[in-house]
Amino acid sequence: MTGLTGAYVPGGSFLHRLPAGAKLAGLALSCTALLLLRSPAALAGAAAVVVLLYAVSGVGVAAAWAQVRPVRWFAVALFCVQLVFADLPAAASSTLRVVLAVALAGLVTLTTRTSALMACLERCLAPVRFAGLDPFRLSLLLSLTLRSVPVMADLVTRVREAQRARGIERSARAFAVPLVVGALRHADALGEALAARGLDD
Amino acid sequence: MIRLEDVHVRLGQREVLRGVTASLTERRVGVVGANGSGKSTLARLINGLVLPSSGTVTVSGLDTRRQAARIRRSVGFLFTDPDAQIVMPTVAEDVAFSLRRKGLAREEVERRVREVLERYGLAEHADHPAHHLSGGQKQLLALCSVLVLEPEILVMDEPTTLLDLRHSRQVAALLRDLPQQVVVVTHDLPLLEDFDRVLVVDEGRIVADADPAAAIGHYRKTMA
Repeated sequence: MTGLTGAYVPGGSFLHRLPAGAKLAGLALSCTALLLLRSPAALAGAAAVVVLLYAVSGVGVAAAWAQVRPVRWFAVALFCVQLVFADLPAAASSTLRVVLAVALAGLVTLTTRTSALMACLERCLAPVRFAGLDPFRLSLLLSLTLRSVPVMADLVTRVREAQRARGIERSARAFAVPLVVGALRHADALGEALAARGLDD
Repeated sequence: MIRLEDVHVRLGQREVLRGVTASLTERRVGVVGANGSGKSTLARLINGLVLPSSGTVTVSGLDTRRQAARIRRSVGFLFTDPDAQIVMPTVAEDVAFSLRRKGLAREEVERRVREVLERYGLAEHADHPAHHLSGGQKQLLALCSVLVLEPEILVMDEPTTLLDLRHSRQVAALLRDLPQQVVVVTHDLPLLEDFDRVLVVDEGRIVADADPAAAIGHYRKTMA
């Protein structure tokens, strides 16, 4: 999940300076293009372009790998299945397509601050105002979700530790109950903090 | 100027505060008391997070029942657990979140965020994810996000409970230098040593109200 949670790598490349909206539109367009590319050769060309973009962004190899790492087993499985049911070129191109799309999406998160994505989302969501929804609240929901992932991961670790300390690792109930209670407590505290920070005003 | 007049607070079946009257004008006010004595509720009354069931709470002449939003703009609140208070994924973004409705230009927001992060030693972490900070640094970040709004009053609910000695000393030193009026609820008695006034809360009532030495002495006796 680290790819989602504040993976922004500060930098001054042209990718960093590009507006969030342009990057999101570019991502949508290039993913469509990836779907349309048929031959492995064309996809190899696309791969070269993606590698070039990563090089230009200057985020480093470790950050790049962290984006693709979560899909590595999926990619291997996809390749094997395609190899059995289709042929080598088809397997290579569909696997490349998935990996490249994930890499491109990762590049957007690496070079864009969450606040810039939020602001862009807020502008794009402006029309929902007519449906009686507040775009600011929708984009806040998104960033609260991103922020809550590491907090919940910590909670899971703590509950697991407490379980182990009491020797009840196998009990599903001893895991689920404190986790749900902890999550609800966190939600309460978060709501209170948002009120204190003037969200209701 | 914080005034509580015959404040009762009932949460469900439990009467948490039973007739609290006080007016707090001193610059450093501490509140101590046993777990469940009602001191956290007392803190939450000051910025209108909790409303009195009867009685009134006024802050600078404004009633928390009718003008909670205005009061919250001038009363900053720091919670015990910074993880609940930090709402944005990265450090600088969380501080900037506080300023979102100020109508400031982007450069001005960035300048104020940088300034407050520098003052509290978090400048190098500006673009780091908040969950990479240590517990003490998270509490400092929560404090930055409150102080960037330059509140007139700062209320803290056990700000040092989760901190190590070094960070709680840092918070104590910070408290001494803050220009604001500060109300601190805490179990950390040394923190209150140089305060102007300390209240002791027990079973929903103020049972002692004096200078730190006298009030803390009373508290130690009741807890013995």
